[in-house]
Parts: sequence; structure tokens; C-alpha cells
Amino acid sequence: MSAPAIETSGLVKVFGDNRAVDGVDLTVPAGTVYGLLGPNGAGKTTVVRMLATLLRPDGGTATVFGHDVVRQADAVRGRVSLTGQYASVDEDLTGTENLVLLARLLGYSKAQARERAAQLLAAFGLTEAADRQVKKYSGGMRRRIDIGASILNTPDLLFLDEPTTGLDPRSRNQVWDIVRMVVANGTTVLLTTQYLDEADQLAGRIAVIDRGKVIAEGTPGQLKASVGAGTVHVRLRDAEQRPAAERVLAEALGTTVQQEPDPLALTARADAGGSDRGAAEHAARALAALAEAGIVVDDFSLGQPSLDEVFLALTDRPATDPAAGPDTDSTAEKEAVA
Amino acid sequence: MSTATQTPEASAYTPSAETIGAVLARGDRPKRPSAWAASLTFGWRALLKIKHVPEQLFDVTAFPIIMTLMFTYLFGGALAGSTRDYLQFFLPGIMVTSVVMITMYTGIGLNTDIEKGVFDRFRTLPVWRPAALVGMIFGDVLRYILAATTIVLVGLILGFRPQGGVTGVLGGIALLVVFSFAFSWVWTMFGLFLRSEKSVMGVSMLVLFPLTFLSNVFVDPRTMPGWLQAFVDINPISHLVTAIRSIMDGDWNMGEITWTLVASGVLVAVFGTLTMRLYNRK
Repeated sequence: MSAPAIETSGLVKVFGDNRAVDGVDLTVPAGTVYGLLGPNGAGKTTVVRMLATLLRPDGGTATVFGHDVVRQADAVRGRVSLTGQYASVDEDLTGTENLVLLARLLGYSKAQARERAAQLLAAFGLTEAADRQVKKYSGGMRRRIDIGASILNTPDLLFLDEPTTGLDPRSRNQVWDIVRMVVANGTTVLLTTQYLDEADQLAGRIAVIDRGKVIAEGTPGQLKASVGAGTVHVRLRDAEQRPAAERVLAEALGTTVQQEPDPLALTARADAGGSDRGAAEHAARALAALAEAGIVVDDFSLGQPSLDEVFLALTDRPATDPAAGPDTDSTAEKEAVA
Repeated sequence: MSTATQTPEASAYTPSAETIGAVLARGDRPKRPSAWAASLTFGWRALLKIKHVPEQLFDVTAFPIIMTLMFTYLFGGALAGSTRDYLQFFLPGIMVTSVVMITMYTGIGLNTDIEKGVFDRFRTLPVWRPAALVGMIFGDVLRYILAATTIVLVGLILGFRPQGGVTGVLGGIALLVVFSFAFSWVWTMFGLFLRSEKSVMGVSMLVLFPLTFLSNVFVDPRTMPGWLQAFVDINPISHLVTAIRSIMDGDWNMGEITWTLVASGVLVAVFGTLTMRLYNRK
């Protein structure tokens, strides 16, 4: 198939006087993981719901494998699957019942449906929980049955809406592994997330969404380069030494240094910009410079830029700016869900 | 919230590329099911929910029994001289009242069900669109049959002796089920349209109380003032009750039966269409 998995042009969705999605253009090549990165209420879920034929766009066009999501909704539905933020399985039913129900709705015979359900439960490590109601599953198990239900129809395009929100690190890693395997088998994945590291881990390309608009697009590498490769966090032993430490860091890293609310802490961007040295090397030199200046450092770390830092860099305001009204946005998204 | 049980087996799970690859092997996709098959599958879902939450059958057994007993003994002596005589007139009517009142649970059930993520999945499946709702009402039809049967049994114990015999009773129940299936679409519309379970309940009561009480269920309308008689005469519940009384008496009133069937068809056509429009727009 030569058509891209997803192509949108000027996509708009309005809830009341809130433009939840405000002219989004996306092109997602088939066979890749594409990340939609943004804070709560940025419009990610609304984009996904329009692409999954659950919401009708108010403007613009969107196609999935060349099929228009409004005019050819049934053709789109035949090729996609959605795992929403809220478990998209029936919590009153058991794991087996949920999967058999879906398999029957996809046209499998009774015997085939049972076989398919058993195969999926085994693949997702849920055989023992097969006859338990889903409401008794743990968060990680629920996510797995949800994803299992989503790949029952071997979709060509899988929407994963914040698949790891609220999961413990172990379950999150399991979900990441599953996503990689699903893609390796030829399914395109559109992933929404609030976590830069998740998008970085999984996605080949990322679009950063804010207030219904795409504000940056590119590979994770390009995105991080535009933000700064990482952030150095320093915690001193003596608050008296902070001004001195600030000067040393600023000089060694060549960036501005921020004083944290904690009187012992400083953070600074470790840009590789301009030089061919990596961020870690810059950070190491900064640490050495601090030691040379006789400043006692209790804790020193180089972290990936957080979503907040990405936003700060791209929009000059943090992702969770209350004045930006993410709360009204997320209400709108909830209404859309309801 | 719910109890999260983390079994050792579950946390030890490691995804395997082999098994997940096998699941995703692209074989021939099955043919999409017919509208009827898809609806039946959704009906099966409703049965499973009854199996897992059997308490919900309380509404369709205890409520009708109480309604029957209450009104038989409350009105029987005053209106017909004895409860036994009253029952011959009253039982088909209270059966209609109880079952038609139970139809509102369709709306309440849909309203709570659709809030959950599972409807997102149903709506992204390439199946006949109304199947999820038709199947849901199929499950409710089972509840209607159960409620109607309960009332007939209570009636028989109290001394109800239908002239139409077994055929008459079954025919009466069948007509009631057909009408209730059609009437349920009013509630699916409200279930999709209104925001909360409570408002669905409120609207249902507002519609159901006048509809069932301002009818010929409890008393002969001839003693009512003219304007009320006029309402009772056009009330579909009155037509339904007249039709069912005639069937249970063994004296099939084809005019009223036809009226009821046509009304059922109109209800499905109007409210089914409105429901589907709301369902697609949600």
C-alpha cells in the first residue's frame, strides 16, 4: 500500500468556543510508530478520536490508508483498532468473554473465537486470569487485555492513547515491549503520550501538540536537539556555595543556570550546541570544574529534558500553565469521550 | 476503586516476540457478521452481564410482584367487590404497567454503559451500527418476558383465570414484548441524549407515570371527566391493554392488535432513527 497510514490536512474540532483541535496537519508513514506528544488537554485524544471515526471533524480532512474517515468510515474501521485512556473492555465480563465477544463481532465462528481468545490470553500472560472478571485485574493486566483486544483483528493501524499513564515501571516496560513487537509485525502505531522519554523510546517521529496545534515535528533526535540534549541537576552540600557554583556551571556549560526553590539545588541545560561533544561530556567537565573550585556536590545527574522543558523551549511557557486553560481543554476532551 | 490483585504469575510476565507475532500473523480475515448475527452477539453480552450481576433481576421479579399485590388488594374490594373479580380485569393491565416501567432501565443501562470505554471499541468495529443497541434490547426483552411471566404466575395464584387459556396468555405476553421492544427505543434515545443516569431516571418517571396511570389499566375510563377520557383514548398504553385483555380472554380484538403493532413500528422507526443519529454523533 503506497498511501500513508494517516494523512490529515487542516483538521479542526470545536467544542463550544474551545478549538480543541485547530488545524492539524500530519503524515504518518505506514509501518512506523508515530508519537503525539503534549500535555493534558492539548487535543491529542481528540485527534485520535477523529481518526478512529469516533468523532466527526468540524473542518479539514483526514484519511487512513487513503480512506476518508467520514465518508469511508466503515473501510477505516476495518483496518484500525483503538486502545483508549480508559479500559476499552467490559469490566463486568471475564478476559475470555471479552475476547470471544470481539472475535464473534469480527466474524469468527464460535470455535475460532474461543481459539483466538485463548491464543491472545496466552500471548499476553493472562491465561490464569482468563475466567476472572476484568474489574478484578491489576492496572498492568488491564492494559494488556486492552491491547490484546485491540490486536485481535490484526489491525493495520493501532491507536494507543496514553497507554502507560498510571502504570508502574515494570508494567510500562511490558507495554513498551509489546508495542515494539506489534510494530515489528507490520502494524502502524499512533501513540499519544505526555512523556518525552516514552515518545523517544518508541516513536520514529514525534509531533508536539499544544492547544490544538502542532508546534514541532521531527525525529526524537531533532526534537531534543532543538530543546537541548539534557538537563544537569546539581545538589550542593552548602547553600552558601550556590552563587559560586552557579558561576562555575554557567561557564563550563555555556548556558544559563537556574536556581531551584530548594536552596541547595541548581539546574542547567547541557547543550551540545556548537561543539561536537556530547551532552554527557559537557556535564562531566562541569562536574570537574565544580570540584576544582572546591564546591562540595552531593548529587549530580544528567537527565533527559522533560516535557515541561520541551514546552518551555518551544513555547516559552511550561506545559502546565494554568492560565493556558488546560483544565477547560480536558473537560472538552472528557465530553468528547462521554 | 476496585481491588487490584497482582498475582505473582502476572507480574512475572515477559512479552514474547514469538507468541505476539503468531497472534498478528496476517491470515484471511473472517467475513463480517450479518446484522442479525452481530445483534445476537451483543445480546449474548447482555446475558453474560446478567450472569455476572444477577442482582439486576431483582427489578424484574420483586417489583412486578409488589405492584400486583399492592394494587390488587388496594383497589380490588372497592372497585370490583372482590380482589378475585378485580384481578380478571386488572391483571393484564398491571402486567403492561410493570413491564413498560421496566423498559426505562434500558435507557439507564445504556447511559451508564456508554460512559465506559468499551463502547469506543464497539463503535470502531466494522459491524452493523445499530447492533450494539439492538443486542442490548434483546437482553432486556428477556427481562420483560421474565417480569411478565412472574406477574401471570402471581395472578394465577391469586385467582386470575384467563378465558383464552395458555394460547391467550402466551399471545398476550408476546404482544407486550413486541411493544416493549419498540418502546425501549424511546429510552435509548434519552439514554444517549441526557447527561446522567439520574436525569434519565427523572425523565422516565415523568413520562411513565402519566402514561401508565392515565389509562384503562386500573379503572374503567367511563367515570373520568371528558378531557381525561380523550387522553386515555389516545394513550397507546390503553390500546395495548385493550388488545392484551382481548387476547387473554380468547376474543382477539384484531383492530386493537393491529393498532398496537403499527404503533410499535412507528416507535422503532422514529426513536430508532433518532437513537442512531445520536449514537453516531456521540
